[in-house]
Amino acid sequence: MTTASAPLTTARGEAALGRVSWVRNPWVVFLARRLGRLLVSVAFLVTLAFLMIHLIPGDPVRAALGISAPPELVAARQESLGLNDPIVVQYVNYVKALFSGDLGVSMTSGVAVSETIGQRLPASAGLAAGAFTVVMIVSIPLGLCMAVLTRGGRRRGTELGFTSTSAVVAAIPEFLLAVGLVFVFGVTLGWLPVAGRDGLSSYILPVLALSLGPALLMARIVRVEALSVLEQDFVRTARAKRLPHWRVYLRHVFPNALTSTLTIGGLLLSAMIVGTVLVENVFAWPGMGMTIVQSILSKDYPLVQGIVLVYGVAVLLVNLLVDLMLAVVDPRSTIREA
Amino acid sequence: MRLEHWRSAMRSPVGAVAATLLAAFAVLAVIAPMIWGDAAEETEPAALSQGSSSEHLLGTDALGRDIALRVLVATRFSLGLALMATSISVVIGIILGVLPAVLGRRTGRLVVAVVNLAVAFPALLLALVFAVVFGIGSHGAVLAIGAAGAPSFARLVQTNVASVAGRDYVSAARVAGVSRLRLVVRHLLPNIGEPLVVNATVMAGTALLAFAGLSFLGLGVQPPSYDWGRLLGEGLDRIYLNPAAALAPGVAVVLAGLAFTLMGEAIAQVVGIRTGMFRTLDAAPVPVARAESAGDDDAVLVAEDLRVAFPAAGDGWTRPVDGVSLTVRRGETVGIVGESGSGKSLTALALARLTPENAAVSATRLEFAGEPLLGRSDAEVGRLLGTSLAMVFQDPMTSFNPSMRVGAQLAEVTRTHEGHSREEALERAVDRLRKVHIPVPERRARQYPHEFSGGMRQRAMIGMGLMSTPSLIIADEPTTALDVTVQRQVLRLLRDVQRDSGAAVVLISHDIAVVSQMCQRIVVMYAGRIVEELPVDQLASAAHPYTRTLFGSVPDMTTDRERPLATIPGRPPDPGARPGGCAFAPRCTFADERCAEAPELAVVGARQRAACWHPRQEPVPVTAAAETGDRI
Repeated sequence: MTTASAPLTTARGEAALGRVSWVRNPWVVFLARRLGRLLVSVAFLVTLAFLMIHLIPGDPVRAALGISAPPELVAARQESLGLNDPIVVQYVNYVKALFSGDLGVSMTSGVAVSETIGQRLPASAGLAAGAFTVVMIVSIPLGLCMAVLTRGGRRRGTELGFTSTSAVVAAIPEFLLAVGLVFVFGVTLGWLPVAGRDGLSSYILPVLALSLGPALLMARIVRVEALSVLEQDFVRTARAKRLPHWRVYLRHVFPNALTSTLTIGGLLLSAMIVGTVLVENVFAWPGMGMTIVQSILSKDYPLVQGIVLVYGVAVLLVNLLVDLMLAVVDPRSTIREA
Repeated sequence: MRLEHWRSAMRSPVGAVAATLLAAFAVLAVIAPMIWGDAAEETEPAALSQGSSSEHLLGTDALGRDIALRVLVATRFSLGLALMATSISVVIGIILGVLPAVLGRRTGRLVVAVVNLAVAFPALLLALVFAVVFGIGSHGAVLAIGAAGAPSFARLVQTNVASVAGRDYVSAARVAGVSRLRLVVRHLLPNIGEPLVVNATVMAGTALLAFAGLSFLGLGVQPPSYDWGRLLGEGLDRIYLNPAAALAPGVAVVLAGLAFTLMGEAIAQVVGIRTGMFRTLDAAPVPVARAESAGDDDAVLVAEDLRVAFPAAGDGWTRPVDGVSLTVRRGETVGIVGESGSGKSLTALALARLTPENAAVSATRLEFAGEPLLGRSDAEVGRLLGTSLAMVFQDPMTSFNPSMRVGAQLAEVTRTHEGHSREEALERAVDRLRKVHIPVPERRARQYPHEFSGGMRQRAMIGMGLMSTPSLIIADEPTTALDVTVQRQVLRLLRDVQRDSGAAVVLISHDIAVVSQMCQRIVVMYAGRIVEELPVDQLASAAHPYTRTLFGSVPDMTTDRERPLATIPGRPPDPGARPGGCAFAPRCTFADERCAEAPELAVVGARQRAACWHPRQEPVPVTAAAETGDRI
């Protein structure tokens, strides 16, 4: 919090000089811009979800119910989905319903989409949160350590080992890693459950499958960034102050390596959120990922729409969070942008 | 991508592995369905869902079909679908990418905005959306993965186009009235081909993995067709019965994906060469020798035969500092001058034990206040120098940590070395900022470096050196990065600080006027060595031909502006290729065969030493600025 309040104090100080009004406060400008961008993105997402059904060639209801479905049923379903209205009216109704939290009703089960999502969301969110925590706890210390160990071209063997191992592991997609983990820890060793969500031990393999690649990828980025920060003039200044090594690395190197780490970390996290879809299907995890695949297969379009919206909003929120953290960590970026 | 690029990409180990893998997959894709296509479809009711056997190497599936054969045969379909999806991404991406350059400004910006919005969402999410639109099955999945990959490729094209669009030849073509479309096809796209090829290759790998994912979920290839992802999904259901059924297609997917990614990286390395030549210093060429301390109580810094070497290309070493001996007495101000590349800054860093990691430093003697500095751990050196040696660096813009407040950066000196609390240390930081004439220091201490002007930052840097009581301040080109009016302030501050604290100062500069105004003694460096050492009031009797031309080349108010400025012909030698004897000989008008042997520093006058076989006696012809310019 101390870092966050710093530029604000500055702004207050300058305001006290009577020259800068709040409209010119870079933080206000930054937040306004960023929220504006979020709104546009949400609008894009909602439109995409809405258009999804209308872009399907032919009649979606007919496609969902099959060729043999009685015409009355098709007509009734079309009516209930509002597909007979002009497209603009449908869009307006869709957006209106969204504002009141109504995501429609599942075509197969008749249950409200929001209810199904409410049941399934915690399992998926738990998976993503667990994986993200592991990524952060592993990648940052690992990357910093590797940077320190291999700085200035030292320990070429360690460097080569780390970069090649991490590159290969990070290139394996999460669902294949999941299959490998199931084989090793489930089938061969029999240590851990390989399906379902039942207790803490059931989290281990899915979280590992989700986080291993991103953690190593992120550690690589932390290492490269830290190495480039180590070359900078201010690190020489810190050395000239004869600070203890840990202080140079943690106080001077790491915070300045954070910018790129956070940017990439945000991308990894948003990819990881959607990556849960595949991992859930490997481990029969009762989350949104299982549900969306089932509903795509059964052509339950309202449910698909709803889950796509949830994933999309989650991704947008992660992006927003990363931008806010970047602004706090690197006060220059905020001011430059504003 | 020229042919030789491809060739050198293949020659790197990574490229060779990737190319071999890709070639093997290509061969398999062509021949496997022809040879084993029918056998892979053959059901064997007697051997359903079996494990590995001599007959079926990887076992059989639920219908008794041989899994090994099915994995081999699936190569064609898996690779083909991935390549089709990649082509779709590339084509849509290029179209969306160049549209902004072809369309008018407003429509172009709209395209950019839409692409940016789409890029924010992970490709898999887009692929799921498009899978709904295009329908389940291999056709739908190809379109979905192709469409999902398009935004990121479009973004790549846009950034690359934008970077090329500003170049001269594009402007020239534009001025010449070339149509927008022709501009794109003839001038823009050919010049961004390389990054596009690299990324398309990597993208093929990604598409392959994505396709395996969709098929695995049951949204891609539908039975009776099969690709690796489908086989993997079927195999996972029976992983306890026959693990190979799930692992074999998985390994195939990973190998193929890696092959594409590595290929992309190999090409990228060849196209945009970026290699760091570093070697460890296990075999530092010069042994570190430590001589007895010769009780020079008056000296704050003594260096004898100081050398700094860096590993060079090949097996050799370059020595930018090659035998410097220097003594700084208490309270004295010594200036080190020389052209850029003469080794003066590196000398300063070596004196302070701050050389880069890959430098090898040696000296027969290097002592600070009577304590040897070489052969000690960083912690010991830190204790010795932490409170008594202050550094001021050249570029105040980059020498402060941008993410830390200025006050905290000053305060941590005292907190580390004198164990003060945060508040005490910060209080002292504010006091020192005030001392170096920073207005409103309480507020400034809470600001970040980017909120300071250049001159203020350099003053804060000097303030940082004053946090303890330094007995030596090494200032390395402290005013070079500042504008002229600010230079004066900073130099004056440095002189005031020296007067008040009694610290010795080593001032490094290429500006003779600055040094002669500030210092009592001047040390002239050339090609990593000291060529002359003389008091500032004897500049006119400089003995070394290099020093003489150096002083003679400084213009002042009385310089005849009709005549060309005096310059020294030739260039200083590269540290890697220094002549054997006197390094200045090739540029010297007095050089003879004796100069093939390196001269030692020898006394040539009162308090004056020069390293020259032919020291000059007559006064320097052109007056140096030092003597006419006013003192600060």
